Amino acid sequence: MTGAAAVFAPGFFSSAPVHTALALGSVVAIVCGIVGVFTVIRGQAFAGEALSDIGAAGGSASFLAGVAPVWGFLAASLAAAAAMEMIGVQRARGRDLATGIVLGTSLGLAALFLYLDSTQQTGSGTTVTILFGSLFALSPSLIPGVAALSLIAAGAVCVLQRPLMLSSLSADLAAVRGIRIRLLGVGYLAALAVAVALAALTIGAILGTALLVGPAAAALRLTRRPGLAMLASAALGVLAIWIGVLLAYDSYLWPDPGWPVSFFVVALVFLFYLGSGLLGPRRSGQREQGSR
Amino acid sequence: MSTAAPPPLPATAPVGEAVLSVRDLDVELGGRRVLTHVSFEVGAGQFAGLIGANGAGKTTLMRVILGLQAPARGSVHLPGTVRADRHGSRPVGYVPQKFLLDPDIPLRARDLVALGLDGHRLGLPLPSRAKRERIEEMLVAVGAETFADKRVGRLSGGEQQRVLIAHALVSRPRLLLLDEPLANLDIRSVREIVALISRLAREQQVAVLISAHEVNPLLQVMDRVVYVASGRVASGPTQEVIRSEVLSRLYGQHVDVLHVHGRVLVVAGDGDPAAPGEDITVTHTHGTP
Repeated sequence: MTGAAAVFAPGFFSSAPVHTALALGSVVAIVCGIVGVFTVIRGQAFAGEALSDIGAAGGSASFLAGVAPVWGFLAASLAAAAAMEMIGVQRARGRDLATGIVLGTSLGLAALFLYLDSTQQTGSGTTVTILFGSLFALSPSLIPGVAALSLIAAGAVCVLQRPLMLSSLSADLAAVRGIRIRLLGVGYLAALAVAVALAALTIGAILGTALLVGPAAAALRLTRRPGLAMLASAALGVLAIWIGVLLAYDSYLWPDPGWPVSFFVVALVFLFYLGSGLLGPRRSGQREQGSR
Repeated sequence: MSTAAPPPLPATAPVGEAVLSVRDLDVELGGRRVLTHVSFEVGAGQFAGLIGANGAGKTTLMRVILGLQAPARGSVHLPGTVRADRHGSRPVGYVPQKFLLDPDIPLRARDLVALGLDGHRLGLPLPSRAKRERIEEMLVAVGAETFADKRVGRLSGGEQQRVLIAHALVSRPRLLLLDEPLANLDIRSVREIVALISRLAREQQVAVLISAHEVNPLLQVMDRVVYVASGRVASGPTQEVIRSEVLSRLYGQHVDVLHVHGRVLVVAGDGDPAAPGEDITVTHTHGTP
């Protein structure tokens, strides 16, 4: 047997679920990579996690209504983003508190909906699908919708990248240049909600933030330039998805077959983050003060 | 950048060509009046110091000038300039008070300067020769060429200050506002930054309004002083403002201005029991020799 056969289990390249998983996973990883760079820079990782958990309530509710969960994820996280904006996402102290409370309540709702789902559909893996994703079970019919959403979210962040960077450095510096900080913040939060919904679709609502924040955090350590950071972040996300899909497919031949693809993706993202710490610029302890 | 319709004002003849004129400004913060009847001008090419103790209202005044905060009354005029030029030539360059830049932010010093040129623009940043040359020119002007490719968050305080000044000046404004750029710098950096700003003001033909709680580092380079205390300002040529009579009137109590080895010591007198106002002891301990 050749080396390729040892890496790629038989049927990998001809499997339709693998094709769909790779296509959807790659698109989502690119969006998350681009959007995630600013999530990390703006310190909004917790907001991303909250949107994702709230999305779980929407995803599980959409099962009850017989709609594809991606629309539930999307509706819930967009609504949550709007609520967070109204509660005052700009004010850090009230923000974390309000977010935490809404987050807890939504997970409670998700618990109820998932219970109702399980009573309606006997023996279904709805709970696992919503919370931890199942990339191999996605329908190819989702591809156009996901592609459109991806284009909107990633496109918005690419177009807004300079004002976003400037306002992340200092709100005053941005305001002096005529940038409308509040509007920009709302726009970014909406893009974040879409990215989070897409991440939830692929690796589950609970794990979605890993794909959003992990590759971005690793990329920030590897490059000093904003554009390169976005590219590197997207590339690392895609890599995690591809290797994750491959390992999950191969795992069907393992003694305990069928390991979840989400596990592999999240584990790889974690490894990338650790690796970037070794490869990236060494932290020189404290920053120098005063003149050099 | 002017605010709500200004009330009719006593006609004051504008001095020369003013790049900034502040007229009869009242400013409130959280319902409390912090500045009253503030009027002053900064002429083209002038170097003006906005001097006052911490909490005197210097930052607030700068925010009003920049249009980041609305005054309760009065107006700010930046004559000869419209709100924003389409080509990114902003009327005012601004260096905010020291803020913490994240060491991990993926931004080189030259990228931060570039944002001074087109940070408000939408779309992908496309490279252009004119842009690159202007950025390089500004990096050299502030002496940042040796660390232009380092992460801006990992530079020292003095280096970051240079990059922020380049960011503020790269769009060729006619007025540069700097909010406490000397705070938290060691004595050598203070001297370097003051010399740099003074040189840039001449080279780039930009008027400067620089706030500081310490007058001495700026004594050699300032044309004018805008002195803030007790919610009011006294302004004029440096020698005319930093005098016992003027500052006593401003503080509402007797203040001595002592000259020691070319430095100035502003000391609250304790011999006037009838003096109103709070206890102000402004002592300046170090300065440029």
